[in-house]
Amino acid sequence: MTFRAAHLLGIEHLHPTEITTLLDLADQYAEDNRKGRAHRDVLEGLTQINMFFENSTRTQASFEIAGKRLGADVMNMAMQASSIKKGETLIDTALTLNAMRPDLLVVRHPNSGAVDLLAQKVNCAVLNAGDGRHEHPTQALLDALTIRRAKGRLHRLSIAICGDVAHSRVARSNIMLLGKMENRVRLVGPPTLLPSGVEDLGVEVFHDMREGLRDVDVVMMLRLQKERMDGGFIPSEREYFHRYGLDAEKLGHAKQDAIVMHPGPMNRGVEIDGQIADDINRSVIQEQVEMGVAVRMAAMDLLARNLRAKRGAQAAGVMV
Amino acid sequence: MRTLFQNARLIDPEAGTDTLGSLMVVDGVITDVTGTPDDVVDCRGKCLAPGIVDMGVKVCEPGERHKESFASAGRAAVAGGITTIVTRPDTDPAIDTPETLEFVARRASADALVNVLPMAALTKERAGREMTEIGFLMDAGAVAFTDCDRVVTDTKVFSRALTYAKSCGALVVGHVQEPGLSAGGAVTSGKFATLRGLSGVSPMAERMGLDRDIALLEMTGAAYHVDQITTARALPALERAMANGLNITAGVGVHHLTLNEMDVADYRTFFKLKPPLRSEDDRLAVVEAVAAGVIDIISSMHTPQDEESKRLPFEEAASGAVALETLLPAALRLVHAGHMELPHLFRALSLNPAKRLGLPCGRLSVGAPADLVLFDPDASLRLDRFKLHSKSKNTPFDGSILQGRVIATYVGGTNKTQELPDA
Repeated sequence: MTFRAAHLLGIEHLHPTEITTLLDLADQYAEDNRKGRAHRDVLEGLTQINMFFENSTRTQASFEIAGKRLGADVMNMAMQASSIKKGETLIDTALTLNAMRPDLLVVRHPNSGAVDLLAQKVNCAVLNAGDGRHEHPTQALLDALTIRRAKGRLHRLSIAICGDVAHSRVARSNIMLLGKMENRVRLVGPPTLLPSGVEDLGVEVFHDMREGLRDVDVVMMLRLQKERMDGGFIPSEREYFHRYGLDAEKLGHAKQDAIVMHPGPMNRGVEIDGQIADDINRSVIQEQVEMGVAVRMAAMDLLARNLRAKRGAQAAGVMV
Repeated sequence: MRTLFQNARLIDPEAGTDTLGSLMVVDGVITDVTGTPDDVVDCRGKCLAPGIVDMGVKVCEPGERHKESFASAGRAAVAGGITTIVTRPDTDPAIDTPETLEFVARRASADALVNVLPMAALTKERAGREMTEIGFLMDAGAVAFTDCDRVVTDTKVFSRALTYAKSCGALVVGHVQEPGLSAGGAVTSGKFATLRGLSGVSPMAERMGLDRDIALLEMTGAAYHVDQITTARALPALERAMANGLNITAGVGVHHLTLNEMDVADYRTFFKLKPPLRSEDDRLAVVEAVAAGVIDIISSMHTPQDEESKRLPFEEAASGAVALETLLPAALRLVHAGHMELPHLFRALSLNPAKRLGLPCGRLSVGAPADLVLFDPDASLRLDRFKLHSKSKNTPFDGSILQGRVIATYVGGTNKTQELPDA
């Protein structure tokens, strides 16, 4: 197995073999979670701090459960209510926290690149739980695991990522991960919601949803991020649903066994029809949530191994 | 006092020549080489060129003296071969009244080692609502009028200011940008911005801003200088406006000539500029435009920022970079890369800005003030930002190898390099 990274900041810096290593381990954790088998020794004695500078319920809960199942001492810090309000800079917050000697730092921040910046200033393992519109690596990894389990493989698949790509860190991480694993990625959405230069990222771009979904294996819907929009990306939600919302008719253009994914939380009736979302034969949305815990367990396990190896080497006076 | 500079490689931008020879300076003025000198400076075959006239330098007085003062900016200018700095009014408060301008002029003459010529704001508080007292400000010494990086969005206000400025014979310096389209952007839109998840400015915003201002120049006939043209798309419009006989010139900052958007890499905030760094295609087009004389002024766009303003997530960090000391060595990259010869480079650095502002300097001709820079274009050094004379250390060239070193800077015939603390 190979996994050399000290932090999980994004998919961009991961090698395909590292991705496979992580998914293999996550697969085991997924099975163990179903059987109720605990692994409380894996992160025993380690402190995990969840720093969320942006609201989150699902991701934060998922990281918390993952840490607890592996025996870490988990602490949640709601940073919106904290010292940031008092004018402390991100770097000062990082240095303060670093002095408390955490082992795993899970960070979500509204600014792209903020987690990278923070990782430069601390000497523990940092996991990016989403930074601005940049990356959300654990989401892409859990999506990959879900696809691999549903389709039996994670290569040579045709995958359509649909909707609000412009505001989505999930889309960026997924484009990179699925590209690295040699899949065909299509982006489907109105041109106002596709960022500029996106056609240079090795994807096919479609503005017509039916055409974009034709014969794909996976339909990945994105949430319309209304809170990040200030004006005029789409004319109205009803027109958006009519043209780009996933319903049975549009899904009919995909392969018969195509699966439907959504990173949540869903806007039912805006980007996805409620019935499709609940269709257990097509939708793997609940499975995605389940795999989220397993992937985060695997990521923290691997990073903790590297952290312990590094600290052991430092204690023994070896340069690493 | 007669000083003879001998054995010098004379870079004469006016004549376009690069020849070995001598230069005589009598009482701070360049004269014919005749008579016996009191003092001889052996230039050892190094380059002697007219000192740089740097248009658009931010000195943070009044308001933020901890970032840069006239004393520190003056030292940085001397270290960089700059003999005249033309200051920006985007201070806090803005330089928009004759009283503030007089304060600045007084501080500058007391503290700065080089010539300082202030620009004043075009509108009060740079707010784009009412024009400043252009006549009084000119009497107080303002050499040009600009709201710096703020665009006067109200075209009525802007056209009146241009009309009034023309009647006073004042030069207006503008920043071309369509503010709606560029709102919130931290980098140039495109693949890099998308990968980094940063909000982008379309390069088209610059072209749209330029188109608007050209239309207003046709209407008013004012004298206008565009502070920075950084994209290929803006160039045809600029060329057309020049060909149509409008009184328009354009400049570019040295960073846009030597760096591109990819240099931002992993959110390095010292590379956050306004306008943002562009694609390599744009950079090359702008370099070509300087070589062809379409863009005729290169400046440092020196913008000091303290560490706190830069140690932030990219989108929240302040824009701008210090460049007084790195302007010449960075600009020499264009010569070393074969884009232009030294005399042409000094047209853009010294002669053209002096001409545009109606100054007698920027030349090696008889009668011009002896504002000179003696430099070795080939000596290289690895830049350590903490060794800069500027109070602020926000240079994107930290750790880079820069080729070109200033040996001495003369203002009015006096060697100012000897007055630097580490001389």
